[in-house]
Amino acid sequence: MHNLWELISKPDNIPIVGLLFLVIGYTWWAFHKALKNDRQGYLDEARLNEKIQVWPNLVRVEFLAALFVMVILLFWSFLIDAPLEAAANPTLTPNPSKAPWYFLGLQEMLVYFDPWIAGVVMPSIIIVGLMAIPYIDVNEKGNGYYTFKERKFAIITYCVGFLILWVALIILGTFWRGPGWYFFFPWQEWDTHRVVALTNVDFTELFGIHTRFADNSLNPLAVAIGTIIILGYYSLAGLFWLKRKNTEILKKLGFAKYNITAFLFLTMAALPIKMFLRIGFNVKYILVTPWFNI
Amino acid sequence: MLKIREKLQQSEVWKSIFRHNYQDTNRNRALQIVDNVFLHLHPVRIQRHATNVGFTWGMGGITFLLFIILTITGVILMFYYRPASEYAYEDMKYLMNDVAFGPLIRNMHRWAAHAMVITVMLHMFRVFLTGSYKPPRQFNWVVGVLLLVLTLLLSFTGYLLPWDQLAIWAVTVGTNMARATPLLGHEGPFGAALGMRIDNDVRFVLLGGTQVGPPTLLRFYVGHCIFLPLIASIFMIVHFWRIRKDGGISGPTSTTKE
Ligand code: HEM
Repeated sequence: MHNLWELISKPDNIPIVGLLFLVIGYTWWAFHKALKNDRQGYLDEARLNEKIQVWPNLVRVEFLAALFVMVILLFWSFLIDAPLEAAANPTLTPNPSKAPWYFLGLQEMLVYFDPWIAGVVMPSIIIVGLMAIPYIDVNEKGNGYYTFKERKFAIITYCVGFLILWVALIILGTFWRGPGWYFFFPWQEWDTHRVVALTNVDFTELFGIHTRFADNSLNPLAVAIGTIIILGYYSLAGLFWLKRKNTEILKKLGFAKYNITAFLFLTMAALPIKMFLRIGFNVKYILVTPWFNI
Repeated sequence: MLKIREKLQQSEVWKSIFRHNYQDTNRNRALQIVDNVFLHLHPVRIQRHATNVGFTWGMGGITFLLFIILTITGVILMFYYRPASEYAYEDMKYLMNDVAFGPLIRNMHRWAAHAMVITVMLHMFRVFLTGSYKPPRQFNWVVGVLLLVLTLLLSFTGYLLPWDQLAIWAVTVGTNMARATPLLGHEGPFGAALGMRIDNDVRFVLLGGTQVGPPTLLRFYVGHCIFLPLIASIFMIVHFWRIRKDGGISGPTSTTKE
């Protein structure tokens, strides 16, 4: 219990506790409004469409919001000091070394993927993928009001990405990861000497096909199978296209936008899949090559 | 008394400053917005739902407010801080222990920075859930994503400046990933084949050395105090301008305006 309190009351962790409550609150609120709109057959937003003067109506709201934020910030700053630890010492590595909290999702990804994926490729795809959203979402409904039923796929995908793969991993990284990046319950004392015997295997080894021969050279069969799995995974997009290309939604998307959407979707889904394989079966790599591993 | 007031309000000086009187008329309400350089960011009239905190959550505006608070407290901090490894940590100690209101300013800067990262994520979440990135606002969403990245970079570069254990190790963990950049990092796929070494790859350029050291501090400082805020301000100007040009806050009945 002692450790839980220490974690929660660490000055730099307070915003994360705040984030948790804000995210839950806003998600609830947004779905409340969306389902209400869906149910009642007219839009609340459309009923509030008369034009009003910005002065004083909007300026007043802005002023009150600004006041509110500044009061909270002042209290927060009076009560809690920003941390200042011992002077920087490049020879003394703290354990655990954690990135700033908003990058903990990426640091958590390092458990499941090599750094070139978790630290470079994935962040780049996230940024580019986010920018692509307006251009690949061809559903023109749901523009400017809360709704769920008119854009279920978009909303579910975004919520899984944001709430689970981003926010939940931040919380996990903050409260459940201890020395050596091992899993600890938040109320558990951190044992800095914990060592867990690593019995990680590669995916093909689950089926008795070794990645490397005794002389440490790569087994071509394992490389081939790994390649097929990765390519096969991404060609699921093609299969789905062949099966469903005549549906209205895919016709509207068109071939290019469909493929971009599918690629982004499968890449996002790869993270929970790899997490599952890692946690459930200790799988380290699906594909091992001399240059990179996936 | 009244006479003096009247005289004052008729004077050339007064009239040159205040362009209209304050009677509660629609004309004056409009002038209040357009005659004020700060308020004229707004339109004169908007739809009621756009003022509804339940709709926008006010998160974009609060993000902007936090950015302003960060700029002001940040400039104050600059008076007390030298970005050299011999001084940086000592300056922080001095600020926290001996400067009047030093801790308050530093705390405000730190907590506002954390808060801004949170509010920008929530703002984005609401924009997504109301479908406000749909035509004609696609490009403003793209500008928004750039602002998100800039916000994270601002926060990350600032994290190093106290030059304590927390700072250098968090930044070490964060920048170690750059070693593994495909092609451009010395441990990344095909990096070594392309001649990347620890002392010439992309991480070396970022840090100004092979590990987080004094040159990194200076680099992050300049980025944090000058380069990134400047770029972020420019994109915010574009962001706000586009909101107006795209027909104001999105809504079910204001979406067809081009
Ligand atoms: C420094 C960061 C940012 C600031 C200061 C900012 C500020 C604002 C403000 C004040 C508004 C007016 C409406 C509101 O408050 O919700 C707004 C609207 C908007 N923002 Fe941002 N924003 C930022 C980041 C972002 C991000 C990360 C995105 C999305 C990726 C985004 C996309 C949009 C869009 C599409 C609108 C129009 C919404 C509508 O018409 O309903 N912005 N922004």
